Amino acid sequence: MSAPVLSVRGLEVDFAGSGRPVPVIRGVDLDVHPNEILCIVGESGSGKSVTALAATGLLPPTARVRGRVVLDGTDVTGAPPEVLRRLRGEAVGFIFQDPTTTLNPVLPVGRQITEGQVAHGRLRQADAPARAAELLGEVEIADPEGRARQYPHQFSGGMRQRAVIAMAMAGRPRLIIADEPTTALDVTVQAQVLDLLRRRQAETGAAIVLITHDLGVVAEVADRVAVMYGGRIVETGPVDALFARPRHPYTTALLESLPRLDTRGGRLDPIPGQPPLPGALPAGCSFHPRCRLAAGRPRCAAEEPALRPVGAAAAGQAAACHFAEENPRPKPPATVAEAAASAAAAAPLLQIEGLKVHFPLRSRVLRLTRGHVRAVDGVSLTVRAGETVSLVGESGCGKTTTGRAVMGLVPVTGGDIRFEGRSVVGLRRLAMRGVRRHMQYVFQDPFSSLNPVLPVEDVVAEPLRIHGLYDSFGGARYIARLFEMVGLSPTMFGRYPREFSGGQKQRIGIARALALKPRLVILDEPVAALDVSIQAQILNLLQDLQRELGLGYLFIAHNLSVVRQISDRVAVMYLGRVVEESDSDTLYEAPAHPYTQSLLSAVPVPEPAGRTGRGRIVLTGEIPNPAAPPGGCTFHPRCFRATDRCRAEAPAFRPHPGLPSRVACHHAGPPGTGASAERTEEAAP
Amino acid sequence: MTARLRRLSLALAALLADRGAAISLAFLVVVTLLAAGAGWLPMDAMRQDILKALEPPSAAHWFGTDELGRDILARVILGARTSLQTAAGAVAIAAVVGIPMGLVAGYFGGWRDTVLMRFVDVLLALPGILFAMAIIAVLGRSQMAALIAVGITGVPNFARITRAQVLSLRSRDFVTAVEAFGASSGYAMARTILPNAWSPIMVQAIVLASLAILLEAALAFLGIGVPPPTPSWGEMLRTGKNYLHEAPHYAVLPGIALTLTILSFDTLGRAMSRVLEDRHGQAMPAGDRQEEGR
Repeated sequence: MSAPVLSVRGLEVDFAGSGRPVPVIRGVDLDVHPNEILCIVGESGSGKSVTALAATGLLPPTARVRGRVVLDGTDVTGAPPEVLRRLRGEAVGFIFQDPTTTLNPVLPVGRQITEGQVAHGRLRQADAPARAAELLGEVEIADPEGRARQYPHQFSGGMRQRAVIAMAMAGRPRLIIADEPTTALDVTVQAQVLDLLRRRQAETGAAIVLITHDLGVVAEVADRVAVMYGGRIVETGPVDALFARPRHPYTTALLESLPRLDTRGGRLDPIPGQPPLPGALPAGCSFHPRCRLAAGRPRCAAEEPALRPVGAAAAGQAAACHFAEENPRPKPPATVAEAAASAAAAAPLLQIEGLKVHFPLRSRVLRLTRGHVRAVDGVSLTVRAGETVSLVGESGCGKTTTGRAVMGLVPVTGGDIRFEGRSVVGLRRLAMRGVRRHMQYVFQDPFSSLNPVLPVEDVVAEPLRIHGLYDSFGGARYIARLFEMVGLSPTMFGRYPREFSGGQKQRIGIARALALKPRLVILDEPVAALDVSIQAQILNLLQDLQRELGLGYLFIAHNLSVVRQISDRVAVMYLGRVVEESDSDTLYEAPAHPYTQSLLSAVPVPEPAGRTGRGRIVLTGEIPNPAAPPGGCTFHPRCFRATDRCRAEAPAFRPHPGLPSRVACHHAGPPGTGASAERTEEAAP
Repeated sequence: MTARLRRLSLALAALLADRGAAISLAFLVVVTLLAAGAGWLPMDAMRQDILKALEPPSAAHWFGTDELGRDILARVILGARTSLQTAAGAVAIAAVVGIPMGLVAGYFGGWRDTVLMRFVDVLLALPGILFAMAIIAVLGRSQMAALIAVGITGVPNFARITRAQVLSLRSRDFVTAVEAFGASSGYAMARTILPNAWSPIMVQAIVLASLAILLEAALAFLGIGVPPPTPSWGEMLRTGKNYLHEAPHYAVLPGIALTLTILSFDTLGRAMSRVLEDRHGQAMPAGDRQEEGR
């Protein structure tokens, strides 16, 4: 094997804040070779981003860095700023998470892409425009000459990330650092971007360090994986070996706690507890309080295990665990479906019929209405008691607006919403207040949905106080019971939201939603902002609460694996409409709408073994502007089955023969029908 | 309640870590105590002794005497009372009028916003001192008139800062949350948004206090402030400037008192906004989020 592009030995990073220094990286060794993708995976606070920043000397001056980092033959630690700057310009390319903030909004995209090369004197100003167009062409942006002259706001999210990749590749760097490059993108766009990144990497032979929290992405693209926990690498190895036979209990637990597309129902196996904060690491092995192998063994609590080779020498796997040999294989995904409680018998709790929410677009002059954004354009849905109905779709499809319209938070343009048989559209404020008691909302972002100036017990009690029910529900004792119900301790009373971790905050949000004893809970992406291990805890909690209290859930999410885990029925939305609705099993196993099929095939599966053979439908393009939707079927510009009929006539939403599904498509049918020519087989590079 | 007290004392400790803020606060506390206890001081601000007019500072009169032989130190201390009273009253008026205006304008938007903010623009378009003079012309010369005049000129500051806060908080999930529970708009504004907007409003109050003291002094200097014989720093500057040659201490010492007070309020305000900014920066524990795009 050739010499590594990046070699890190004994890296340690402390952040000296106002108090004593906080160790963020505690001894990391890694090598990245040319033509290799190394994925660093870990939960928040594990130190994965800091490792990459330290490797390129990009950390702020408050960081104390020790150890040795050799990048492209140059020692980075202690190198003068001028050397570092040249190194970063020539040897390294960066791709960050959010393409909207990576690109400078006031410069044309083409100029930004070549700016670095011109500044480093490696490209003449006169040749820059041609080179920019060439680079944009390489990342498959149509009309590269024209696009190079445009500004970032004229690009869609996926195109911006492509431009960032072009920029990272501009200097033909030997190393690319990609920090969560697809986390901000929709799943169909993520598939496009990952695909592109891998192909460009194979063409240029660059090494890539890809930082992610998503094990599915890792399985899709990685050659080697490093799993980080508590500022150290706890396991590393080739991707196939690591997924097939993880040697560290944390890796195993992480894989088991993941909701997957190919399993259904039942409970997830969450990792108990919270990821440790860098300032307060447990003694000994930092994972031991959450580890099932540790189980009170004194050695785990006393002695930090070294990263050592485990298993066959040829496998190249290493784990930092005293008892790595005892680590069991991950349990195979449970395929046995629980006997679904037949909720169909129950009376419908919520009925949405032909719901429309249009927002007016106003002109700048005189604020005249110029048109409408059809955020929701004909959604019908029924939720029964004890049942979870999921609304799933990419960003901008109108799923959140649907949820907010049900809560009466946005005005309804057309259609009807009935709660327990009674229409709630156009209710006066006081009447709506009575309905709201029985209908509650859990927000996506636990960081912004709790009032920061209220102690947590007041946050949970607030709905009761608003309705004047605090005393009749039992006051502080009732609040304490709610806390226990969601797995928090009443000893936390008196503390403020910011003193809690993300998962704990979401528990507080759930307790608050349950305070009024609602019958329906609308969950808007309740786990999207949480770490994988915490996600599983919250999903289990939601399922337990549903069983205990007979709640109806309207679950809004973009993550198809999470939806599969929790749903009884699923409705797929595209551009304000439901395109397919069915029970969860049918929808995942026999999707009939081409959009559902492409969504499902775009989800990265945490199973590296099958990735080269997996047929995948990569959708071209992105979601159109909902203010000017395409005529006919709104999906036809991206659809691989589109015909002239699709361009002319919008399909009706009707039952699909032979399936318990309803579909809005002229050419609905199982995957593969009439689509074989368009399916792109993933060819191994 | 204890948790809130703890938070307050933490904020105070952070503020006092700034040396400038600590000195300013100490100075303002001394000035306030002196002004409050002026009646118990041994000197008499009103007793005239024409034979000892315009004497330089001495052991008997630390700040010297004025043209009627009155003790300047006693008058400076009583003048502090006038200044602080006017400032406090003016800030209170500005806050009571301006904060609800900003809340309503920011929360509801639309025509209410347009009407209220155009009114604020009109107030801002008029030079403060001219506007205050006009009000005093209508109300007659009294401390209350000065207080009201200065207060009204401060309304736009509160209205604007409150509105800006409301606009940024309005779409936050925790505000949507109380609306989803069925809270009234009044509840959302007063109980949810306002408590989250306090910090910049407090800073604004401190800054406005220094402006109010300055404006009050300016009005007095023009001879339309607090009527004599009530001592006021502006009034003393006005008379003192006639004796700049014979008795420079007469104008200079009240001037120094005025300058130091304004400077202290200003330093305090700036330190407060810095402390609050820091605290906001820490509001989200970094370890919790996906460590994204730092």
